[in-house]
Amino acid sequence: MKVTICIGSSCHLKGSRQVIERLQQLIRDNNLGDSIELCGTFCMKNCVNGVSVTVDDNLFSVKPDSVDSFFEKEILKR
Amino acid sequence: MKIRKFDTKVQHLKYKVLREVAREAWRGNLINSLYDLPEKIIPGKEPTMRCCVYKERAVIEKRIKIAMGGNVANPNVIEVIDIACDECPVSGYDVTDACRGCLAHRCGDVCRMNALTYDEHQKAHIDKKKCVNCGACAKVCPYSAIINRKRPCENACKIKAIHMAETGEAQIENDKCISCGACVYQCPSGAISDKSFILNVIDMIKKSEHNKKCKVYAVVAPSIAGQFSYAKLGQVITAMEELGFYHVVEAALGADMVAYAESKELAEADGFLTSSCCPAFVDYINKYFPALKDHISHNLSPAATISKYIKEREPDCKIVFVGPCTAKKMEFQKEDVRPYIDSVITFEELQALFDSRDIDVTKLEEGYLDNASYFGRIFARSGGLADAVRQGLKEHNLEDFDYKPISCDGIEACKIALLKASKNLLPNNFIEGMACIGGCIGGAGCLTHEAKSKKEVDDYGKEALEKNISDAIGILKY
Repeated sequence: MKVTICIGSSCHLKGSRQVIERLQQLIRDNNLGDSIELCGTFCMKNCVNGVSVTVDDNLFSVKPDSVDSFFEKEILKR
Repeated sequence: MKIRKFDTKVQHLKYKVLREVAREAWRGNLINSLYDLPEKIIPGKEPTMRCCVYKERAVIEKRIKIAMGGNVANPNVIEVIDIACDECPVSGYDVTDACRGCLAHRCGDVCRMNALTYDEHQKAHIDKKKCVNCGACAKVCPYSAIINRKRPCENACKIKAIHMAETGEAQIENDKCISCGACVYQCPSGAISDKSFILNVIDMIKKSEHNKKCKVYAVVAPSIAGQFSYAKLGQVITAMEELGFYHVVEAALGADMVAYAESKELAEADGFLTSSCCPAFVDYINKYFPALKDHISHNLSPAATISKYIKEREPDCKIVFVGPCTAKKMEFQKEDVRPYIDSVITFEELQALFDSRDIDVTKLEEGYLDNASYFGRIFARSGGLADAVRQGLKEHNLEDFDYKPISCDGIEACKIALLKASKNLLPNNFIEGMACIGGCIGGAGCLTHEAKSKKEVDDYGKEALEKNISDAIGILKY
């Protein structure tokens, strides 16, 4: 599974670093390092709804405080 | 529309040519309009700059050629417009009418070459065969009666790469030139210019078909903070996206990456290390101090570093560096940078591109430019790189390393440090070298060279969300 986090300026200001760091921690805690690939990309043209994250090709908006529920709903269940 | 803030009329003229060339290029009508452009730019019958409008238009023709990429047979990006050169006198030190034929004759006393003679009115004369242009006589004359008639271009060129051709106009020796652009900014006749690649950029943007076929990124130098003073930085970023760039990325993020790597490289280095950020400085070492080559940091420049990062993830994208620098126009053609940066334009050229599409920057909403840390951003001014490397050492837990940096801005300061280093007399172990006075904020491609730019760069640095280098580059591991 490929999870891409937007690190463009707008999402960066909305906390993409915190989102990445938390996701990384959750992946580690759940021993999913082998099956999930985390990547960064500059801008997904969805700045208004940042932080933009895609799981494979599906687009989501994730806030630094909603990373855990996003992980559970959209990543763990897949 | 508000009048743009350029330092000189020369810059304004250059801008007008770039703007009109770009306007026609967007329309796909450049070739058809080539013969009409000079008259469009210089209308009417009355000359405003030179002897007649026909000469003015002839110079404009040459400027159009430079705006379109210049002479392809000349590898240098800095070119002389021969007919625009005023062929200023090059007589060196001369005694003027202000000489009062005084008693003291300090000028003669101080001259080591015995080049001064005195006529029956006790007035001084300089024997050109003996004079070595040291300037000692001019310094001691109480009437300031001795002046140096040196060409402004030659005066600006601290590496002496400009000479008078047999026919009188200025001539650049490409083997010596480091393309810093000092002469471009200093020539009062506007006879030296940097070649423009705006047509390549317009072509890339057009072919991207609104970034659908391929994305065109702009990597922008942190010195942008002191430019475009008539608008907010966020508006300039929006304007760049209106122009057709997919996204604007800070070169300062590349600077964070460089500072992090360079501090480690320094701690492990054998002897001293020099920075590799300024392409003119690197070229200077290669041409004038080849024995010190191995001491140049192995990092790519910040612009190339961040561009490499983007290209490795999106190999099909195009990347345009936008900055204050003419030497960058040489750097991106180098073998090790060519794969990452597709073209380079200056802030002057960016302004011309905005206006070629009638984009009113002041009316736009503010976009965002934020990825880099404070330290990456202050690379734009002299001393910033050295501060960032100090921070890098700290973040690598290498605080015990005895860091002794020296920040050199302007090629003369760089020369002194490198000369000492070549004789093992340099007490420092890190040389921050910037060819332009003040660092990148003094770059030849800046719209304004005002002293307040430094403060604006520092303020922009302080606005950064990330306060540490490792925080800024942490996300780049993915």
